[in-house]
Amino acid sequence: MTALPPVEALESMMLERMMLIRAYEETLVDLHGRGRAAGTCTAIGQEASAVGVVAALTPDDLILTNHRSAGHLLARGADPGRMLAEVQGKSGGYCGGKSGSLHISAKELGVVLTSTIVGGELALATGVGLSRSMQGGPGIVVCFFGDGAACEGRFHESLNLAAVWSLPILYVCENNQWQAFVHRKETMTADGVAGHAAAYGIDSAVVDGNDPLAVFEAATAAVAAIRRTGKPFLLEAMTYRLRGHFEPDDQSYVDPGELARWRERDPVVLLRRRLERDGLLDASAAARMEESVRARMEAAAAFAEASPYPAPEELTRDVYA
Amino acid sequence: MTQMTVNDAISAALAEEMRRDPSVLIFGEGVATKRRDLLGEFGPARVRNTPLAEGIIAGTATGAAATGLRPVIDLLFAPFLCYAMDEIVNSAGKLRYVSGGQFEFPMVVLAMTGAGWGVGAQHNHNIESWFVHSPGLKVVMPSTPADFKGLLKAAIRDDNPVLVFADIALGYSAGEVPEDIDAIPLGQAALRREGDDVTLVSYAKTVGTCLAAADRLAEAGISADVLDLRSLKPLDEGAILRSVAKTGRLVVVHEASRLCGVGAEVAALVAEKAFASLRAPVLRLTGPDAPAPASFPLEQAFVPQADAVVAAVQSLVHGALAA
Ligand SMILES: Cc1ncc(C[n+]2csc(CCOP(=O)(O)OP(=O)(O)O)c2C)c(N)n1
Ligand SMILES: [Mg+2]
Repeated sequence: MTALPPVEALESMMLERMMLIRAYEETLVDLHGRGRAAGTCTAIGQEASAVGVVAALTPDDLILTNHRSAGHLLARGADPGRMLAEVQGKSGGYCGGKSGSLHISAKELGVVLTSTIVGGELALATGVGLSRSMQGGPGIVVCFFGDGAACEGRFHESLNLAAVWSLPILYVCENNQWQAFVHRKETMTADGVAGHAAAYGIDSAVVDGNDPLAVFEAATAAVAAIRRTGKPFLLEAMTYRLRGHFEPDDQSYVDPGELARWRERDPVVLLRRRLERDGLLDASAAARMEESVRARMEAAAAFAEASPYPAPEELTRDVYA
Repeated sequence: MTQMTVNDAISAALAEEMRRDPSVLIFGEGVATKRRDLLGEFGPARVRNTPLAEGIIAGTATGAAATGLRPVIDLLFAPFLCYAMDEIVNSAGKLRYVSGGQFEFPMVVLAMTGAGWGVGAQHNHNIESWFVHSPGLKVVMPSTPADFKGLLKAAIRDDNPVLVFADIALGYSAGEVPEDIDAIPLGQAALRREGDDVTLVSYAKTVGTCLAAADRLAEAGISADVLDLRSLKPLDEGAILRSVAKTGRLVVVHEASRLCGVGAEVAALVAEKAFASLRAPVLRLTGPDAPAPASFPLEQAFVPQADAVVAAVQSLVHGALAA
């Protein structure tokens, strides 16, 4: 694989990350089904957006994310074992088991202040952006949020302040068409949220969120613009939540035709098929990739299983600095 | 010693802390317009006006605090904090714990409240106990210019989110402030007057009410400890218990309404830990369960007055409630 030219190497890397994210979330679903993990949100079908954006970043950049964060964390290099341990409330988790699945932060990876208050990440991102711009460091701030969060007032407050104060923030709306149990079409008159950016004087772009290379290219251009101008940018990735909002969820409220059309566009399947068709990944390399992901997930599950629950005195530790 | 108003003490504390630590900054609606002295000395990056949007002001402070700055935000009047509850309570108060201690939130939220200005219920609402009830936050409500200066300095240096409520009626009141006053540790009550017969516990402007009542009680031969809590969280439990152990009687006085107010906490603390010392029931004198009215006489009726404190103590010592 080392002999591959850069774009193909990047795509193989992205495929492997996407496979890992998929396998991680399928493991979560399985653990939940067996009563080994609490309910959790998955982002199955949205892997390309996470991987494409994160691949465009450098280690100095900071990421804020939300309740559907596994893709962002794993794309950034998080250890799936420590993530699973966190979801299972174990002391070996990134937050010592106090977060559970919904607000996993990993400061060591630059994934900060994850919030499960919808829109919370948008309110915090301006502060992280302010620190970045006042401290004069090299990094920018990336804030992942959903189409539902864009219906919160904080979305508008955040964009306005970021524009007025010229904060280096890449706003990434992962428009997965769903806001818990309500379809996006019921809550907004436009097809997406990127249109709001212009009202605040913020540049924006809309990208096919199921095509990781397209996302990567759009994010790379946006990040370059932010580094050059110091101004915010809004990128909207059009994608689809293939599973329910929260495990368990029978999706009885989902239009089967719409779901079937988006299943046809499963980003992991599409990328693998294209790389194989173009001769960039042979069947045995793909199988090896699959095998290594499976082995990683098995080791991760074993690590989480073996990790002890937090000690009782953890109950009141870290409330105050 | 210099004479200083509470407003001047707040300004002095801000200026000194901004001078001491370049990571301290202040922002809010009209902050740069009103605090021209700070703007002149520290520049527009550290003294900022903001859009009218309390939620994003508080969220920005929270995000900035977690990543290396020490923001002070002025949200003007306490009821406006309702627009910022999520950021203060759910983010600043919880994300340290939720993240397993990965972040600190050294930030200060300033807001005014209290009767005395006739501004009515949407500018005057003593909501301090809401924040006492929220984990991860500290709450300060000083009563003297010196305390405003020293406690605000400590709040700015604290690595936790601290809410500093300023009683509107105290803004222009003046008092002695030592030239070299430094940070006053949070969580230490101040005994404003010593006595043996009753403990009056209060904070903010009603400390003055208790001192006035104590003067009159002294004329009647009753001596009172007047304890100014200063910090509502952390609460100086030791000072409360020590005083009640000595006097055996407790009256808690505050302007915030009674139900689940700070007085309820102080009373419960004494019932749990100093029951044997009590010679009479614990009384609370508080505002009613009503929005604060604008009309001056009604606004004054909302707030416990010295007459009521004197009468309450008399009933504990000699009257219907005496042992
Ligand atoms: C303030 C708030 N309101 C409601 C919820 C419950 N909730 C959690 S996720 C969600 C849907 C959010 O939709 P969107 O922003 O599009 O993100 P997605 O879940 O699709 O990734 C809702 C309503 C919440 N967590 N926070
Ligand atoms: Mg959505």
